[in-house]
Amino acid sequence: MNLLTQPVGPMHYLLVGAVLFVCGVICMTAKRNALGVLMGIELVLNGATLNFVAFGSRFLRGDSASSLGLDGQLMALFVIVLAAAEAAVALAIALNFYHTHATIDVDDASELKG
Amino acid sequence: MTLDRLLPLLLGLAWLLPLASFAAIVFFGPRMGKGGKGAGYVATAAIGLAMVLSLVALGGWLLGNPVTLIEPTAGPAEEHAEGPAEGHAEGLAAGKVVEIVRPIAGNWYTLAEFGSLRLTIGYYIDALTVVMFAMVTLVAFCIHVYSFGYMHEELDEVTDPMVTADDGGPLRRPGRFHRFFQYLSLFCFSMLGLVVAGNLAMVFVFWELVGICSYFLIGFYHERSTATNAANKAFIVNRVGDFGMLVGLMALWGALGTLAFGNVREAPGRVSRGVFRLVRSAENDYRLTVPDRMVRQAARAEVEKIYRTAPTRRDAEEQIAGKIPEWRDEGYGYWLLVIAGLGIFCGCVGKSAQFPLHVWLPDAMEGPTPVSALIHAATMVAAGVYLVGRFYPVFTPEVLLVIAVVGCVTLFIAATIALVATDIKRVLAYSTVSQLGYMMFALGLGGWRAGLFHLVNHAFFKALLFLGSGSVIHATGTNEMPRMGGLLKKMPWTAYTMLAGCLAISGAGVPLVIGLSGYYSKDAILAQALSAWRAGSSPVYAVLCVVAMGAAALTAFYMFRLWYLTFLGRPRDHHVFEHAHESPKVMVAPLVVLAVFSVISGWPVLLTNLSLTNVLDQARPKGTEAGSAGGVLIPWLTAPAEHLAEDHAIHVPASLLAFALALAGFLVATAFYGVRRIDPDRVRRACAPVYRFLRNKWWFDELYGAVFVRPAMRISGWIAAVDREGIDRFVDGLAGLCRRVSVLDDWIDRTFVDRTVDRIAQGVHAAGLWLRTFQTGRLRSYVLLVAVGTVGGFIIVSVYWQFVLAGHGRMGP
Repeated sequence: MNLLTQPVGPMHYLLVGAVLFVCGVICMTAKRNALGVLMGIELVLNGATLNFVAFGSRFLRGDSASSLGLDGQLMALFVIVLAAAEAAVALAIALNFYHTHATIDVDDASELKG
Repeated sequence: MTLDRLLPLLLGLAWLLPLASFAAIVFFGPRMGKGGKGAGYVATAAIGLAMVLSLVALGGWLLGNPVTLIEPTAGPAEEHAEGPAEGHAEGLAAGKVVEIVRPIAGNWYTLAEFGSLRLTIGYYIDALTVVMFAMVTLVAFCIHVYSFGYMHEELDEVTDPMVTADDGGPLRRPGRFHRFFQYLSLFCFSMLGLVVAGNLAMVFVFWELVGICSYFLIGFYHERSTATNAANKAFIVNRVGDFGMLVGLMALWGALGTLAFGNVREAPGRVSRGVFRLVRSAENDYRLTVPDRMVRQAARAEVEKIYRTAPTRRDAEEQIAGKIPEWRDEGYGYWLLVIAGLGIFCGCVGKSAQFPLHVWLPDAMEGPTPVSALIHAATMVAAGVYLVGRFYPVFTPEVLLVIAVVGCVTLFIAATIALVATDIKRVLAYSTVSQLGYMMFALGLGGWRAGLFHLVNHAFFKALLFLGSGSVIHATGTNEMPRMGGLLKKMPWTAYTMLAGCLAISGAGVPLVIGLSGYYSKDAILAQALSAWRAGSSPVYAVLCVVAMGAAALTAFYMFRLWYLTFLGRPRDHHVFEHAHESPKVMVAPLVVLAVFSVISGWPVLLTNLSLTNVLDQARPKGTEAGSAGGVLIPWLTAPAEHLAEDHAIHVPASLLAFALALAGFLVATAFYGVRRIDPDRVRRACAPVYRFLRNKWWFDELYGAVFVRPAMRISGWIAAVDREGIDRFVDGLAGLCRRVSVLDDWIDRTFVDRTVDRIAQGVHAAGLWLRTFQTGRLRSYVLLVAVGTVGGFIIVSVYWQFVLAGHGRMGP
């Protein structure tokens, strides 16, 4: 089954979401810069959001009769709002971290290691 | 306030005052003044106040219940036409008798109630109680005052020459003045409680309290081994008697379900019957009958038989009720009554030092002399006679015979031993035993009044004699009469008061006119004995009478022997004589008071019916005034009515005979020791075996030693050996086995259980160390782990689905 020859369906969306997700994870693991890690988190969240949007779309769903079909979109909105809130908190942490360690290298944040 | 309410209040207070003093001295005694002198004041004040209250009570009693004389009623003795008491009905009865006054009985306090069992602090007050209270408190007060003088050495540190201390010298110890008075107070409290007690349970409690107090006081010089031995002896011998008493109590309690003496009004209209009215009920003319419950108890087998055959319970009860008179006539339950009486008397034998339990009393002389006076006059030994008098209505004729015989044997044995004793206090101790024998003897022959009259008189003159001997001992420092002599000039007060005591106990007086107290009571006892001899058909009564008469002569002899040896003649030990001096006033004053009472306590008050005998007669147990004749088990028994002994045909010969015998005793004593016409040593040599026999107190101590003490020791030795060799070994073996098992157990514990637990702990520890390596602290590796873990989880789940769930699906229908 060749995706390139198929009409656009859920599978394409999922593929793009997965790519975004994996990119985010790689970014989170590879970056030592805290801001880089935060960006990776954003990518992961966006990848997940894309899945919600895809599954919530009217065009991609089989049964459109019984509901308005907005649950996926609502979840996506939630994720976006939460991501914004989380980014604010995370940036505050990063800022504080910088104050104390004079760096934002996450590898230096190892005080709690076992 | 009526007498019914007033007397319990007065006597109750008089009873509790010594207890208060005891409690105060127990807690604050050593701090009361120098050397505890204040304790003496507290105790004396308490007993003095008790004396005042008792005298007020006596006055109240006499005002409320004046002595009234009535014609003697025909009693059961006369009604038994076939009885040996036939002769009584011929109008021998002389004069009138005193009207009996109803006793005041009640409860102060109910201690506990279990079903039908009631334990109460009750009272039973009649003329006897009131007179006893007055006598006990009066004598005890004199003894308290006297003790101030006698015990003054105890105020400072005491040197006891009779005890060797560890360093070889005489023992020095702190004085125990306050402790002496503490025990005196407790003693008085116990005795008064015993006298006022309204039921046998209470009597028993105070009975034991009196016993323990005498134990404390006899062993007062507890550093001396003789004193502790004497205290133990007194206590243990009394236990023997108390065992019998318990048997009697149980017989009564088991059969009657009550121990109260008199009828007690518990609520208006509800009266619970006491033992006296159960045994001698008003419906039955106060005649001694076996109570229904006792009959039923004894005829248990028949009762069960009826229950088995009767159709209903009510039927059975009716049948039993109908049968009870029949059973009673067959003698069911009579034995129970006899056993109850004998049991109670057994307790009295122990406490009043009667044969065969008389051995403790002479040894009790180890206590300080005031204690001897207290024990021998007012309290301990009086308790036994008092209880016999109190419990008199319940004694069957058979029990009375036993009492008379025991009393007679006692009075004779003790009198003979007193003849040769040389310790001044021991002479008095045996004299006490002998006089107590007289009291029991009189009670046993129906002389209720005579016995108790003698009890009161004896309390006065014996307290006097003991305190006098204490005064002598205090002055000379020795108990041995052979070392005294000629003390009349040195201590005239003591000598003359003691002479009054000797005259009183010997029964001196002008026959048929007037005499000292002992003259009246001893006459009454001997007249009663003579009366019993005349009335009884058995020679037993003749023997009893003759022995008692003979012992009267012995009494006069040993008492005057004591007086002559102590006060007359040449001084035999000059050191002692030089040392002697008259005792201080505080010791002489009680002697004078007691001497006065010894002289006058028998006198009637002129122009009135008032006299000690008549007052005592008011308390005579109802139903006994006419005497008794013929027992159920032994037909020839008799206890003639006491007023018959006042008849001239009996009274005059008895009185003259008693006087003649006492005079004979006195003259012989004078011949021996007064004017020295006969040399005592020659007589002693002439009758050496008899002398040795008496000197060794009839070998009673040796006999008991051989029959009871040594076998008991040997048996206890065996038991100890069994204990050591058998039981101890067994227990030791068990312990050894136990120890070995525990060693094994310890090994198992260490090897298996502990090691398992250790291994688990080690594993957990190692796992923790390994897991620790994942906590790198690097954020990125965490993320990686999360990602890898998630992917790994996915893979596992999908493989699971692949192989398990899918396979399951295939295996489905």
